[in-house]
Amino acid sequence: MSRTTAPARTPESAAAPPSAPPPGRRRLGRKHREWLAAGLFLAPDAIGLLIFVGLPMVLSIVLAFYQVSGFGSYTWVGLGNYERMMNDPLFWDSLKITGIYVVVLVPVLFCVSLGLGLLVKQKLPGMSVYRTALFLPYVVSLVVVGLLWKFMLDEQVGVVNRAIRGLGFEGRSWLGEPSLALAALIAVMVWVSMGYYMIIFLAGLQDIPREYYEAARIDGAGGWTAFRTITWPLLRPTSFFVLLMSTVAAITGGLDLIFVLTNGGPANGTSLAIFYIYQQAFVFGEYGYAAAMGSVLVLIMLVFSAVIFAVTRGGRFDDDR
Amino acid sequence: MTAKATARKPVSSRTAFTALAVLLSLVSVFPVFWMVTSAFKTRATVNDGNPLPTDFTVQNFVYVFTEVPFVRYLWNSFFVAAVITVVALLFHSMAAYALARLRFPGREVVFTLIFSTLLITAPVVLIPLFLVARELNLLNSYAGLIIPAIFNAFGIFLLRQFYLGFPREIEEAAIVDGCGHWRVYWNIVLPMSKPVLSALAVFFFLANWNAFIWPLVAVNDPDLTLVQLGISSFMTEYNSNWNYILAAATIAALPMLALFFAFQRQIVESIRTSGIK
Repeated sequence: MSRTTAPARTPESAAAPPSAPPPGRRRLGRKHREWLAAGLFLAPDAIGLLIFVGLPMVLSIVLAFYQVSGFGSYTWVGLGNYERMMNDPLFWDSLKITGIYVVVLVPVLFCVSLGLGLLVKQKLPGMSVYRTALFLPYVVSLVVVGLLWKFMLDEQVGVVNRAIRGLGFEGRSWLGEPSLALAALIAVMVWVSMGYYMIIFLAGLQDIPREYYEAARIDGAGGWTAFRTITWPLLRPTSFFVLLMSTVAAITGGLDLIFVLTNGGPANGTSLAIFYIYQQAFVFGEYGYAAAMGSVLVLIMLVFSAVIFAVTRGGRFDDDR
Repeated sequence: MTAKATARKPVSSRTAFTALAVLLSLVSVFPVFWMVTSAFKTRATVNDGNPLPTDFTVQNFVYVFTEVPFVRYLWNSFFVAAVITVVALLFHSMAAYALARLRFPGREVVFTLIFSTLLITAPVVLIPLFLVARELNLLNSYAGLIIPAIFNAFGIFLLRQFYLGFPREIEEAAIVDGCGHWRVYWNIVLPMSKPVLSALAVFFFLANWNAFIWPLVAVNDPDLTLVQLGISSFMTEYNSNWNYILAAATIAALPMLALFFAFQRQIVESIRTSGIK
């Protein structure tokens, strides 16, 4: 009995070696019934994932070698799309902007949400209210976030410039200059996502046994020493997870926000690769070319992930001394 | 910086932390507050920079509901998000149950395959997914909005983790009693997974109510417009009439804010579990 329901066995043991004496038809029937049940339980999701995730993934690789025109005619172009990409300055610009975006956004988001995690871990009166407040932006859709900030960042009458002028400085054209618009995009992204990663950091921080901190205090370690020798190394799995998630999200996400806040402008200053790819596919109908660029973006994402994996040693801490 | 430090922490640093927390909370909440109050201002005063409306009006909301089929958008979004949530939870919990509790050859392989699809984020496969949906005649239909959004490995993965730690005895007793696997799942496992399912339900509903990109490419029939799409085209149309735009945005955001306040614990819990594993 326990054999048939024991969870998390290896495939070898799951295959039920026939060394046990065959106790007749009933037992065999039960085993096969279990196989059948498993197949039926898995079928809806397995088929769906195959059609709507697996097939598109394979297709996107194949598609990169075709030119797709209008409705459904595919022409083999070999490496044509990749050649075109090499000579497309807009694509290279979009990669450069994506690079800046990721290299600024990910560390800033990491530090801000780790800081918030450390802050809301403190036992202070009213802390649950602060946690709620800091998480709140996350439940607002990126479309609403985009138009709300467009309203607030307006050069003439926006509340941000009003505040800046109130402090005696000159207001800026936040969404009117390429580099400022990219900075604004990053800032808004930090504002939306910091609460989400704060919660993840908080969970990681709360998993660290208190005794470690008490021992450190008895040894006379200060707050900074305790952070460096206890929190930081023990938080590595969480840090790995946050870095990986936020990098993948930075490279492939945020399309909704760009659409509403800047629409890639001004002067393509916020035209991240994912936005440029979207444009090529759904504005100009260049599905094949867009798929080829998408495959390059996936490759970049894998490289970034590998770097993060190497730097954080895959989030393991057992080999750390 | 330590957990137990409260007792020893000098009063001044506690005050500093509290002040910091209050300040950051205000920064965090302010834009949402600004949106809601501005939605109650008139066209003439929407840009006046006052924190509260000087001439309070609900006219903007009336305008949004009468000039645009906003009720239809809200209903479409509700319907699509609700169906995705219910069907996805059923399918994912079935798959997760099989992966966690049933024994069959190739289980680890199936799990690895499903798990590896976690790495494929939606925007990356947007183009081929669009072509697949076109071939299947799913564009411009509720089915096209719903079906591709159901399948994601994240939910399967979370539920599998939950079922791995499930008490085995009850399940065994039922099997000894001669219950089939479906009855065990439906009568015992499903009711016992209510907490984790409700947490995921809130999360799925939220994500799909807020979804924008897939509906944007999958649908151009005005009758199928979802609320996020509705407000984004509303914004283009009413370019600088911010009082109307912000009223529309407030209507779109309000259900999620309400959901958040009602189910805060569940949302936070599902994020926490996703982070630890």
